[in-house]
Amino acid sequence: MRVAVVGAGPAGVRAVEALVAAGLTPVWIDEAPDGGGRIYQRPPPGLLRDPGKLYGFEAGPATALHAALDALKPRTDWRPETLVWHLRPGAQRLSTLHRGRQAELAYDAAILCTGAMDRVIPIPGWTWPGVTTLGAAQIALKTQGCGIGRRVVFLGTGPLLWLVAYQYAKAGAQVAAVLDTTPFATKAMAAPGLLRGGTTFAKGLYYTAWLRARGVRIAEGITPLAIEGTAHGVTGVAWRDSAGRTHHVDCDATGMGWGLKPEAQLADLAAVPFRFDAQQHNWVPQRDAAGRTPVPGIYLAGDGAGIGGAEVAEIAGARAALALLEDSGHRVDAAQVTRLDARLARQARFRTALERAFPFPAALARAMADDTILCRCEGLRAGELRAAARAEAATGPAPEVNRAKAFTRVGMGRCQGRICGAAAAEILAAELGRDVAEVGRLRGQPPVKPIPIAPAAEAA
Amino acid sequence: MTTSCDVLIQGGGGAGCSAALHMAQRGLRVVLLERGLVGGQASGVNYGGVRQQGRHPAELPIARRSREIWGRLKELIGTDAEFEVTGHLKLARDEAEEAELIAYLDVAKAYDLPLRMIGRNAIHQEYAWLGPKVVAGSFAPEDGSANPRLLVPALARAARAAGADIREHAEVVEHAHDGTRFHLRTSGGDSFAAPVLLNMAGFWGGALAARFGEPVPVVPLSPNMAVTEPVRYFIEPNLGVVGGNVYLRQIRRGNVIIGGGHGESDPAVPWSRPLPEVTLQTLRRAVELVPALAGVNIIRSWSGIDGKMPDRIPVIGPSRTTPGLFHAFGFSGHGFQLGPGIGAIMAELVLDGRTDIPLDAFRIDRFLETAA
Repeated sequence: MRVAVVGAGPAGVRAVEALVAAGLTPVWIDEAPDGGGRIYQRPPPGLLRDPGKLYGFEAGPATALHAALDALKPRTDWRPETLVWHLRPGAQRLSTLHRGRQAELAYDAAILCTGAMDRVIPIPGWTWPGVTTLGAAQIALKTQGCGIGRRVVFLGTGPLLWLVAYQYAKAGAQVAAVLDTTPFATKAMAAPGLLRGGTTFAKGLYYTAWLRARGVRIAEGITPLAIEGTAHGVTGVAWRDSAGRTHHVDCDATGMGWGLKPEAQLADLAAVPFRFDAQQHNWVPQRDAAGRTPVPGIYLAGDGAGIGGAEVAEIAGARAALALLEDSGHRVDAAQVTRLDARLARQARFRTALERAFPFPAALARAMADDTILCRCEGLRAGELRAAARAEAATGPAPEVNRAKAFTRVGMGRCQGRICGAAAAEILAAELGRDVAEVGRLRGQPPVKPIPIAPAAEAA
Repeated sequence: MTTSCDVLIQGGGGAGCSAALHMAQRGLRVVLLERGLVGGQASGVNYGGVRQQGRHPAELPIARRSREIWGRLKELIGTDAEFEVTGHLKLARDEAEEAELIAYLDVAKAYDLPLRMIGRNAIHQEYAWLGPKVVAGSFAPEDGSANPRLLVPALARAARAAGADIREHAEVVEHAHDGTRFHLRTSGGDSFAAPVLLNMAGFWGGALAARFGEPVPVVPLSPNMAVTEPVRYFIEPNLGVVGGNVYLRQIRRGNVIIGGGHGESDPAVPWSRPLPEVTLQTLRRAVELVPALAGVNIIRSWSGIDGKMPDRIPVIGPSRTTPGLFHAFGFSGHGFQLGPGIGAIMAELVLDGRTDIPLDAFRIDRFLETAA
């Protein structure tokens, strides 16, 4: 049986581990040079940094995952630096690109462990040089050992906001401010549920306390007004506090993000149906608790199947592999399945509390000023999307996001709406007076990420 | 309750919406029924070529008529749908293809279509960015391109403003004819009746024709389209080749739209997608025409569903079995330019009982004759 696993992060590693243990030799594909996923992304060869410094509290899981990864590589058809840019569920084929070379790959079953990315809300000035997502700021530090700036403001909400700020401060960068759009009270109310998460919650408290103790400026329940800057880069951030006072801080870089969203484009191309998860405030591909999808042969695990974090991803990866093995007639250890299911259920309860603690500030997206750039690929401003929703538009009103895309180009550029899609849906929903789930989600199209046109010489 | 009207149109593509507009403007009560959203399939997802050059001679009178409407689109529907007269440059990659270009000059002349042959030396002087495989070209200065995503919704909006009743998400599930009137029922349970029915349902027009005893050999056709990231604007004309296995154009904002070959589809869903190997083959052909495209990123690809007839020209004209039924479908992958004109012609057929455009080549029973 030909099994393909896409992704070598926490979910992918544990999925492959279970498949190899059952005697299979999966094809294992990852975009990065040496796996690890975004959370445990490895530095390039030659950059020697102590795992404790690179990953902090996560050094233990990171080291363990890397060890498993390295042990598994020779027992699989390991294909690093490879992009899966298309998936045809009917033909059961993947289209891959590795260093400019195209290849088609047939599979009987595939586990998609495609991870997550930051969820972004465009605010005035977000396209200045020096603005990155929180995830990108963290990856710069983890894999390159460098920061996005000397004096950095972190802005947004979610556990990653505090973690990245802590990591930057620890690495010697000056953290000019941590600006959380979630009020302290919201987080405090979710605290009892968060306690179920055990160490995760404790770590969050530790980062916050550590930053406070070092005098880092912290503001919660804020409304960002603008990232200030010029064509040469960011110069500062302005915000309004909960009492309505405006503030400003100088900085030369800003990292921002409001939680994560699944990178589910391959599941989309595989024709897996999606549902709107109100708790996560994300569109997620449909799957059962084990990772089976309604599409035969397609399994999902990790954040790409709905945000759960790295710990959940490791369990879910193993669980999806067991589901695949079971479905294809292999014997699986029933006790192991029960154990994994129990751990997944426990984590799901913690996740509910976490989403309550850091809710997606949909109102911030809905209130976006008309002249704010919404879709940076296409240079589209929020007001242009609103105009397309109105009945007097030359093309008639756009009733959902894909129609809005056709009329305005929102989400039509390089990222296919991965960056602006969530905010665009909020704006459209607000303008049409509908629930955000009713305006739908941008459909993905191949290629999942841009692929270059090969020179003519290669054809000759 | 049944809605009665003068004309029912099934199919909200460019041709159907244009027919609704033209007939509503002449005072008819029109109801158009579209299963999905208007312009959702072939009319909305195609390449956007507004091309007369290279067409089957029988199509040229329609194309000429349609081109006249394209020229006044803004006053007709409130937007030009980004129509731009860039000219269309059809390229030959060997002597046989060059001979075809030369032969078409006589066709163009017979239909008053301006067309200029560009020889081996001149073509690389005029278009320095063309690759060495190109040996000649013919240039149609009146041709150009437009944005297919904008045309049909704008036609529908103008038709509505003129009084037409355009219903989206209205799939017709029952057809009947009582001798004088058609009775249609939608999946939503709405009923409609009219003495005239226009079949403008693209690929699905075949099933509708068959329902009235006129089966035709129509098959689904899915264009295989892709677009690049924006790059410096340098390809002004809309480019095609003899044989049509690759075509590309650049829009002013920089993206290059590249098509060629066919994707996969399931009209029952409906669902369609480009095929990766077809996309890659098309890109190899595109970079031969324009070597500077090497290294430029493809950011998106897509497809849709059109109906293809065996002789690659549509079915247009009255039914041979049912009075009051008129067909216009099966545009075989090149109906975008024709759509606005088809609407005007259908309005003439219905209201005047005649049109100046010769339609004999498109009659629905032509396949019966060849089979006999």
